[in-house]
Amino acid sequence: MKKFDKERVLLAVAGPVIALAVAFVLSAIVLIASGKNPVEPFALMFEQAGFSDIQVLIINQASMYYIAALAVAIGFRMNLFNIGVDGQYQLAAMMAAVVGAHVALPGVLQIPLLLLTAVLTGAFWSGIAGVLKVTRGVSEVVATIMLNSIATAVIGYLWLPDVFGVKVGNNNTTGEMHDSGWVPGIDMGAAGEVYGLVILAVLLGIGYWVVLNRTRFGFDLRASGASETAAAASGVSPRRMVLTAMLLSGGLAGLAGLPILLGDTHTYSLNFPTGIGFLGIGIALLGRNSPVGIAFAALLWAWLDKASPELDFHGYDKEIAVIMQGLIVLSVVVSYEAVREWGLRRQQRRVGAELAAGHVLGATTDNTDKEVAAR
Amino acid sequence: MTAVELAGITKRFPGVVANHDIHLTVRKGTVHALVGENGAGKSTLMKILYGMQKPDEGTIAVDGEQVSFSSPADAIARGIGMVHQHFMLADNLTVLENVVLGSEKLHGIGGKARRRIQEISERYGLDVRPDLLVEELGVAARQRVEILKVLYRGARTLILDEPTAVLVPQEVDALFDNLRELKAEGLSVIFISHKLGEVLSVADDITVIRRGTTVGTAVPAETTPRQLAELMVGSELPTPETAESTVTDRPVLTVEKLRLVAPGGKALLDDVTFTIHAGEVLGIAGVEGNGQTELVDALIGLRSADSGTIRLADDEITGWTTRKRREQGVGYIPEDRHRHGLLLEAPLWENRILGHVTEKPNARGVWLDPKAAQADTRRIVETYDVRTPGIDVTAASLSGGNQQKLIVGREMSHAPRFLIAAHPTRGVDVGAQAAIWDHIREARREGLAVLLISADLDELIGLSDTLRVIYDGRLVADADPATITPEELGSAMTGAATGHLEHEESPEAGTSPKGEAH
Repeated sequence: MKKFDKERVLLAVAGPVIALAVAFVLSAIVLIASGKNPVEPFALMFEQAGFSDIQVLIINQASMYYIAALAVAIGFRMNLFNIGVDGQYQLAAMMAAVVGAHVALPGVLQIPLLLLTAVLTGAFWSGIAGVLKVTRGVSEVVATIMLNSIATAVIGYLWLPDVFGVKVGNNNTTGEMHDSGWVPGIDMGAAGEVYGLVILAVLLGIGYWVVLNRTRFGFDLRASGASETAAAASGVSPRRMVLTAMLLSGGLAGLAGLPILLGDTHTYSLNFPTGIGFLGIGIALLGRNSPVGIAFAALLWAWLDKASPELDFHGYDKEIAVIMQGLIVLSVVVSYEAVREWGLRRQQRRVGAELAAGHVLGATTDNTDKEVAAR
Repeated sequence: MTAVELAGITKRFPGVVANHDIHLTVRKGTVHALVGENGAGKSTLMKILYGMQKPDEGTIAVDGEQVSFSSPADAIARGIGMVHQHFMLADNLTVLENVVLGSEKLHGIGGKARRRIQEISERYGLDVRPDLLVEELGVAARQRVEILKVLYRGARTLILDEPTAVLVPQEVDALFDNLRELKAEGLSVIFISHKLGEVLSVADDITVIRRGTTVGTAVPAETTPRQLAELMVGSELPTPETAESTVTDRPVLTVEKLRLVAPGGKALLDDVTFTIHAGEVLGIAGVEGNGQTELVDALIGLRSADSGTIRLADDEITGWTTRKRREQGVGYIPEDRHRHGLLLEAPLWENRILGHVTEKPNARGVWLDPKAAQADTRRIVETYDVRTPGIDVTAASLSGGNQQKLIVGREMSHAPRFLIAAHPTRGVDVGAQAAIWDHIREARREGLAVLLISADLDELIGLSDTLRVIYDGRLVADADPATITPEELGSAMTGAATGHLEHEESPEAGTSPKGEAH
């Protein structure tokens, strides 16, 4: 039995490793095609990863990627594609900033209040897509894309000076938040500060694993993702599960912008990072929806982001990193599917072989199985 | 004269052999039946003959000439055509358009093609009208269009994959008349089926396939269905007979005037009323598609009844969710275990949790208890003889029979009061079949109420304490399994008989002209 466990680890690692290797090779080809040295940019970027200030930047960035990717992943686990993480986290961050600027409670209450505001806003926004899906059958993909665009418009409206906006020079902001809602960073000396909410990201990762793998609800959710029909027959109400998963995904998404909001900017302005929700999709894919895998993927993405600006100083274009991210996502999709099928077949073959060796009777029944599967 | 000859065909799929050393000789101008249990390897063999899969070993000869097909187009060019079990017609096109689709070069798409279709239709008595829309046609007419499509492409050998599965008995008779026309014209038909009565009435030769290999041939005139069945399963048939009655007078499941309506307004189930007592097996006989699936869905809670009530012991459960029904003691062996009974890519122990996630030993409160679930999976694997190297392998890597034993073990482990067993031994080998029957019988002795749905009439008659016949969504007749014969039950399934069926007596009790009695 241990053999099959080891096998599963091997299969879990094989997919990402193949994908990354292919992506590196393809990026190198792109570099060669544009007449550049295919190795040096990577060497430069690896070198960057050694500097402690860059490391802090990577960790801070990764914490937001991580939360966004968890939000995407929880949808993926039951075959829901929440493309709307982007709109959800931006709207949630803005609402948290607004509440933070207008409510002044002591820190022990203020910070939970802000987190709750973000969770509820994100869940509300994804919940619209969830309700549309279970009542009207609207695809969540279409609904969440639309909601992203609506979120942009809503944010623009809330920025108006006579709504919640505060003009600072040419910049739209929501005004400075009361400092009881600031989350102190972890001081790393000259390297800078790690956002305090990095810890929240870690806790969310642990919570994600526990809920999915150790609770009844998590089992139902995974069952729904693995086979909608079997889950329904097992007693899962498909509509309720869709709605719950959408709410959870949106609630998590709502937290994705908070590490930087509460740790650094303290206001929601035009400079607030965008696009984290979309990056989260690729990161969740690369991390195979597993909390550990997503952590590695988020760090990898953040490294590509934060190490690439250095390339500009050496005559390379930092967009190489973006090309690389795109190539990773492409190769991930291909290699995971290939590895999955290969793994299933391999196991079927091994089970057949083991039974043939151990139990002769069992081996003969395998004919029936393959026939059924082949039909 | 030989139309098609397959010799020494072997086809391996990863880990298993689907076909092994198969020999099949089809004479010109005959109907050749290929019979075998579900999963015996019939479909794989036909896919090989039709060019959809390549054999690993062996030869195919058509009209005495050795051939090698790499696609169905090659097979068609050699005069081999296939009528699939599931029709491949475009509903919104006319018959003419469907027939010429993909073969526009043969006779164009206009008048010439229409004339050709009419010519074929008349010649073989197919009664196909080229200008009707396919969506206006019934199932039998669609099947004739499929046959015509194949003939239009110049097929001299037709493969029919379980053609009668979707037909009512009168249509089956009409189809057989068509087949006789075809062979009178010198064409050959390979007829795949596991319905032995039909095979004996229409075939000139029979080849039996079991566990992927040909085990013998039979001459219809000298063979009884039982002999053929024994050839198919390879041993003395295990008889599902239950010795003593364990029926009590304590009702467990009471269904009253259950009605279920399709979106279009057609009643899928109407006025269904029955009671199952503790220790009783109620068998439902019927041609597939007469409401059995809907009945099961309504009982497990996947569809809600439009009217009528379902009671479990003293509780009315009509409004209960699937989960509540399962928690309260409704066991469920689904008809399609891959769709409804298993998570194929999950390990066995997670499959053991499926359907019972809220119950012990799988959960404590809202938390899963993987250790206990794993331990219990090991117990099930041992007690129910599930052949597997471990409980961490995926369900997909087990054979059909072992998957089914796992499901039976899982459902029985929660001491159900009422068990829905839909085709519990479909596609499983004989050994597993006997084991599953034993488990059902044992649970019945301990007071379980069972609803048994099966296409296997011997299984129905042997296991059931009471038999009801379902036809077009209604329970139209009932019978005593102690006296009824499969033939009599078979006729009642056509809807010809109503009321209580008596053995060999009253004329109204199921003596329809489906007479292959012997």
